[in-house]
Amino acid sequence: MNTNTATQATPRKNAFLLFIHKLGSPPWFYDFSGKLIPWLWLAFALLAAWGLYLGLVKGPADYLQGESVRIMYIHVPSAWMSMLIYTSNGHHGLHRAGLAHPHHGSAGDEQRPGGRRLHAGRAGHRFTLGGPTWGTYWVWDARLTSELVLLFLYLGVMGLYSAIDEPRKAARAACLLALVGLVNLPIIHFSVKWWNTLHQPNSISITGGSSIDPSMLWPLLIMAVAVKFYYAANLLTRTRVRLLEQDLRKGWVRDVAREKAK
Amino acid sequence: MSHTPFIWAAYTLGAVVLLWCALAPLARKRTAIRDIRRLIQLEERTRDSDS
Repeated sequence: MNTNTATQATPRKNAFLLFIHKLGSPPWFYDFSGKLIPWLWLAFALLAAWGLYLGLVKGPADYLQGESVRIMYIHVPSAWMSMLIYTSNGHHGLHRAGLAHPHHGSAGDEQRPGGRRLHAGRAGHRFTLGGPTWGTYWVWDARLTSELVLLFLYLGVMGLYSAIDEPRKAARAACLLALVGLVNLPIIHFSVKWWNTLHQPNSISITGGSSIDPSMLWPLLIMAVAVKFYYAANLLTRTRVRLLEQDLRKGWVRDVAREKAK
Repeated sequence: MSHTPFIWAAYTLGAVVLLWCALAPLARKRTAIRDIRRLIQLEERTRDSDS
């Protein structure tokens, strides 16, 4: 009998699945994310510097909006990011309702403060963009109003989470509200098509037919990717702190605290 | 109307939001580490007094 048969019959471990399982271990996740975060910050810094150089220095002014079009390079990436964070929050809500990866809850809860701040920032950019181009800082059109509703949804979900003392119940209630709020995202996106708005129609299309000039499109896309790296670094940092707070009495957290004391 | 103040205002606001988001978890981490150290010291003191 061949003694190697058992060894040969053992299925090969799927490296990706193994990696996902390892992420479920708080100390492993803490250590791994700690090594990854500096690289994410570096990618953000390089891409943001490149994008801002192309957008603010090399890029042209718009024939209609003039120089104020340069606000777009911070406004649009923030807008896309805040909507992506809300979508991701709804996704985490689904996971919390059903099959849960150990860090889904932590990461989902930690996304909301950043999303809310980016969205509030986006609303602020709207004032600065609206002032010189529309002649008014605010108008109750479909796009701006649906964006305001998203800001209220962020505040509502976070308020609900803070209002309930028991963390599991609080997270479940917040996730349910976040899921309901997902309906607002297509409304924001299609608002400029469905209604007459002061806000311009979408000028970028994934399926082709973008009306924006490439000299403006590239800095915009680079800035959008830069903000993704920024947010990844930020979310990992927040999740690491959350794990420290959650596992306060566990040995690995004490090791981290002792290591910091040295 | 000059657009420059509006551009400066938008980027200043953007920088403040990004910095705030980046620094807030670091402050929270410092507090968490301090709390854990206090907890360790408290447990060590209790153990010493028991023995």
